[in-house]
Amino acid sequence: MLELVAVLGFPLVGAALLALIGERRQASVVNVAVSLLTFLAAVALTLRVIVDGPLLVLDRQFFVDSFNVFLVALTAFVGLTTAIFSRPYMQIEQEHGRLTVGRLRLYHSMYQLFNCTMLVALLTNNMGILWVAMEAATLTTVLLVSLYRTPASLEAAWKYFILCGVGIAQALFGTILLYFAAEQVLGAGGGALLWTELDRVKGNLEPTVLSIAFVFLLVGYGTKVGLVPLHNWLPDAHAEGPTPVSAVLSGLLLNVALYAVVRCKVLVEGSLHSSFASQLMMGFGLLSVVVAALLLSRQKDVKRLFAYSSIEHMGIITFAFGMGGAIANFAALLHMTVHSLTKSAIFFAVGHAAQMSGTQVMDEIRGLIMTSPLLGWGLVLGTLAILGMPPFGVFASEFLILITAMREQPWATPFLLAALGLAFAAVFSRVQAMVFGEATSQRLPLRPAMLPVFMHLVLVLMLGLWIPPFLADWYRQAARLIG
Amino acid sequence: MTSVLPLNAQLINLLAAILLLLAFAMLTQRRVISLVNLFAAQGLALAISTAIVAFGTRQPHLYASAGLTLLLKVALLPWLLHRLIRKLDVKWDVEGLINVPTTMLIGIVLVVFSFNLAYPISQLASTVTRATLGIAMASVMLSFLMMITRRKALPQVIGFLAMENGLFFAATSATYGMPMVVELGIALDVLVGMLILGVFFFQIREQFDSLDLKHLEKLKEGE
Repeated sequence: MLELVAVLGFPLVGAALLALIGERRQASVVNVAVSLLTFLAAVALTLRVIVDGPLLVLDRQFFVDSFNVFLVALTAFVGLTTAIFSRPYMQIEQEHGRLTVGRLRLYHSMYQLFNCTMLVALLTNNMGILWVAMEAATLTTVLLVSLYRTPASLEAAWKYFILCGVGIAQALFGTILLYFAAEQVLGAGGGALLWTELDRVKGNLEPTVLSIAFVFLLVGYGTKVGLVPLHNWLPDAHAEGPTPVSAVLSGLLLNVALYAVVRCKVLVEGSLHSSFASQLMMGFGLLSVVVAALLLSRQKDVKRLFAYSSIEHMGIITFAFGMGGAIANFAALLHMTVHSLTKSAIFFAVGHAAQMSGTQVMDEIRGLIMTSPLLGWGLVLGTLAILGMPPFGVFASEFLILITAMREQPWATPFLLAALGLAFAAVFSRVQAMVFGEATSQRLPLRPAMLPVFMHLVLVLMLGLWIPPFLADWYRQAARLIG
Repeated sequence: MTSVLPLNAQLINLLAAILLLLAFAMLTQRRVISLVNLFAAQGLALAISTAIVAFGTRQPHLYASAGLTLLLKVALLPWLLHRLIRKLDVKWDVEGLINVPTTMLIGIVLVVFSFNLAYPISQLASTVTRATLGIAMASVMLSFLMMITRRKALPQVIGFLAMENGLFFAATSATYGMPMVVELGIALDVLVGMLILGVFFFQIREQFDSLDLKHLEKLKEGE
């Protein structure tokens, strides 16, 4: 209870504080400190849930179980490392003259507010509040995407706002329909949107209404997940916004949106007793994997390249959740974790690489390893990890997903394998060219933040070799919960 | 059902029809300032119909949500939009290039589609307003169409807000409104969204000297 208030309270208070003092030099330190406090609170909350089991507090409005608690811990962790990374990164951007002090204040404040909305979305038990928090997460990041005020960044932010706004409006309609179905079983009032209540009575919910509701919810939240064909905003927003924002968008926001989809899927599956929801998710997932893999090779901008890779991985996870069952769900949860860690590490490295070369165009980035060996290796290792090379964690989760697919959905396996192969060819050759070869890049005025990159990569490596028992336990419990 | 409907149900149906009519009017209105007025009128129809439902069903929280609608969608948002139009000096902006007859035809198809989609749902509803669910869905679809057909930033945003109106109407007609916390949250999101957009418009204008979205079509897939 106290831990939960702290998890949500620290970023909120931090946002207000940073709105006041964001212009000072110490603001970035305060940003890190607030994120650290949030992370510690999340750890405390996690320990509480491990000891006491699921938590239902504050008039049943907040609910913590094994499914969302690990996402909360992950969100707080990546929030912290991104804050550490953004300290030198944003300072260099300022010295390169891309940012003014006033914009840094906006950045810091909105960064904390964004973290807060994601944590609310994860922790709330109310499907309506989940929607409100998801919309708020879009709103807080629109101005972050357009932080540089360049024509391209304004366009990206506008697209992001309109597409996600329209998408999320569909999700609101889905939520209304869900409430409509629930109201007939649970009666009107606040109780009828609580996920725990809905889960209890899901067998009695009207199937027709729920299937229509799920279509709207999947399209709506799916827009935020970046599922093809609703993915248009994603590469633009990732490429044009500041790198820390790309890292949290890819690493965290996509996960949170997918979390919302999965919560809805549990209810719909329970009501329908058919594979309608699963098939829909598998279809969207597979389409995203294939289309993203095809588009990868056509990219010229390094951040766009990895944005498309995020679409691909979100597709894999959606497909795995669609298949369902203990192993596929386990693998999907693991993949969510390792993708989020690896992708944000890659964005950290890519951000500094772009600063050194003064461009995001891949053809003009050369010889990173000469200028900064640490950065070069960080990028190579991160890329190998995201492409599913053993012994990294992504290999483990992708392997599990693939063998489940071979057994349960054999028709899909060739598509998945072909897409993974294509992605490997497209991404690895590009990264190799950027890292090796003759150096064109210059040293940075400040030491780049390589600690977060290697922290993430070590964790991903560990998850590939050995999953701590408590984590495996969570994944198993959550996988059972999702069904 | 062919017998006489209670008076409040008739009134609600009338207001629903007005809502749909306004949605069509917005679809074809080219002047940005009239669009804002149409949007305000839509908000008013929404507030009145919510109040009638509240009166007919004695649901006190619906009065609150009617009040909220009145405050937000009839007063605050149109005021903000008018202020924005004045400050951006786009009062006399007229949009060319909308093919009115085609847009209307597509709109009619969308209405038929929405009625068909809403039919099985409204069969299950027990509210007096269930017949209006199709209209609510239709106005969501029409606002969506409006967003697609417009090439300027402000009309697109008004379309976005009108879509929210339609969704709100859907919530009232299917379920007598969402729980109050959720409605307050949605209202807050809409308001904050509008304020952020206000800031955003000035950024676009500063950069491009216009609010025409043709400047915002440089980023392409696969490049």
